[in-house]
Amino acid sequence: MDWHILAQQLVNGLTLGSIYGLIAIGYTMVYGIVGMINFAHGDVYMISAYVTAICLAVLFSFGIDSLPFALLVTLAVTMLITAAYGWTIERVAYRPLRGAPRLAPLISAIGMSLVLQNGVQLSQGAKTQGVPSLIPATLRFGEGNDFVQITLVQLMIIVVSLTSMAALTWLIQRTSLGRQCRATQQDRRMAAILGINTDRIISTVFVIGAAMAAIAGVLVTLNYGSFDFYIGFVTGIKAFTAAVLGGIGSLPGAMLGGLILGLSEALFSGMVNTDYKDVFAFSLLVLVLIFRPTGLLGKPEVEKV
Amino acid sequence: MNHPSFPRCLLAVALAGGLSLSNLAGAVDTIKIGIAGPMTGGYAAFGEQFWRGASQAAEDINAAGGIDGKQIELVKGDDACEPKQATAVANRLLDQDKVAAVVGHFCSSSTIPASEVYADAGVLVITPGSTNPQVTERGLPTVFRMCGRDDQQGPLAADFIVNELKAKKIAVVHDKDTYGQGIADAMRARLKELNADDRVVLYEGLTRGEKDFNALVTKIKAADADTVYFGGLYNEAGPLLRQLREQGLKVNFLSGDGSLDPAIVTTAGGPQFVEGAYMTSVREARNIASSQDVVKKMKEAGFDPAGFTLYAYAALEAIAASMNGAKTGDGMKLAEWLKAHTVPTVLGPKTWDAKGDLNETSFSLFVWGPDGNYTEMQK
Repeated sequence: MDWHILAQQLVNGLTLGSIYGLIAIGYTMVYGIVGMINFAHGDVYMISAYVTAICLAVLFSFGIDSLPFALLVTLAVTMLITAAYGWTIERVAYRPLRGAPRLAPLISAIGMSLVLQNGVQLSQGAKTQGVPSLIPATLRFGEGNDFVQITLVQLMIIVVSLTSMAALTWLIQRTSLGRQCRATQQDRRMAAILGINTDRIISTVFVIGAAMAAIAGVLVTLNYGSFDFYIGFVTGIKAFTAAVLGGIGSLPGAMLGGLILGLSEALFSGMVNTDYKDVFAFSLLVLVLIFRPTGLLGKPEVEKV
Repeated sequence: MNHPSFPRCLLAVALAGGLSLSNLAGAVDTIKIGIAGPMTGGYAAFGEQFWRGASQAAEDINAAGGIDGKQIELVKGDDACEPKQATAVANRLLDQDKVAAVVGHFCSSSTIPASEVYADAGVLVITPGSTNPQVTERGLPTVFRMCGRDDQQGPLAADFIVNELKAKKIAVVHDKDTYGQGIADAMRARLKELNADDRVVLYEGLTRGEKDFNALVTKIKAADADTVYFGGLYNEAGPLLRQLREQGLKVNFLSGDGSLDPAIVTTAGGPQFVEGAYMTSVREARNIASSQDVVKKMKEAGFDPAGFTLYAYAALEAIAASMNGAKTGDGMKLAEWLKAHTVPTVLGPKTWDAKGDLNETSFSLFVWGPDGNYTEMQK
């Protein structure tokens, strides 16, 4: 295989993996702090795609033609609205079940996912929606037909997801909010006794997860251009897989899992066969879990006494 | 903006009143007919075409006296192009709504299992758009088509690829579904007949519902293909086309009737990505002489009867004609009648063979222009 084809597949895989990683953060943070899988997270990402399109349409209809400005406003608005969704979902569907057995919030999450999907389908229509290609800029390396290219949007996806990852890790490791999050994660009752408002911390985590999904939603909408009410399911399953692969509960693990999943899909698809790329990706997951049941960077769960 | 004048409002009220009256009157004696297809989900554009076409046909037939004096009442069935949901919908239409006949479904993977249900109950079903050969190849007596078959459609594309485009390296991509892989295989079978199968450099399936086909596109680039044939629907055809163009591949792109819908401009992210793509589909029904009145009427009502709309219209016409002709509601007798008679439809006179396929069908080749519209290519 030529070097430029291999390099191009690496670019494809990195882009896809970064998107998985960004969404996986939402799964992994929520699992880390409350020990449940937020199955509605994929649909929160789907909501953010719709908000992006609506926001862009509104801005352009007001005659704003500066693209960077429009994108920044869209990003801010989408993060805000999507974060509001994340907060509301936690408040409505999970907090009342805080003391319930583990299965109850899981079912509640699946229910929430169906509510969001069908709500969007009914209010926005079932048709595939889209935004036109806005940033056609592309960087090309190489000559003639043998080139490797990365579009500006793809570059943005990779850079933004790595930056968000680093920023979040810093937030959790170095700030007061991060300390409170870690304390809540380790022992919720003890943290509460020490004066931490654990309900507020849990809400904050949902808000951060949703905001990350919003960033992914904006970037994906710019990159692929089309979306429907069902995209949350397909992408959500992959992102969840990435979170488990990297070790659910671990932030760098989510990113690592996403990148491994994206790269393995792209490389297997490019070198072997596209039909079986999912078979390969999930076989990889099974293998990793056999030898490392907690995922690549996950810590074994300590039974609390 | 025009405000509706007072007399027009009165007219609207009068019309609405008239409609409800006729509904009341019709409630006593109606014939229920199911319209089944993807009314929701990613392929709802085709479901809407079915529903609009059949609704217009029901309106026109009812205005002309209905079926043996009885009014047609349509019942919507939504399968979302999901095989499991399709059989559930088929059972509901039969058991709960007690339909006398069905126009549907759209995706071949839905029509095939659903038609088993209808055939078991002896109910007549005509699909306006399922082109997979298996729909009529299973010997089910009450299953009919208003369109052609993929073993006619695929070869049209293959002939064009070999004779007109003179392709040297062909990449064949499908969506692993009954329709998509079926039409891709039918295209390939014709390539074999033309001694051109060694020009196929890649044959792979993508996953329905995904948006990122960049790895596949890079692979097509590595294979140095000059022509890409895609068997599948517009939801995947759009992103695939866009990513081909974004990675700088100036290949010819061909697809089938599942991709020929204005919705592909949305899924691709703009007409610039779709421009120049070739697609085979059922003959453009809006241009033929017999459809002009209906086309005009529907356009005035604000719906452009593109794609399969008029095929759904014709399917309902055929059902009504068989019921009027055979004077029975028995699906087996209706099927016998259809196979023995010529039915005048909006698409012209139609006859069926013993399998339920049309005796005369023709597919056409379409090409997308720079403005996001497609035109039928002259032969």
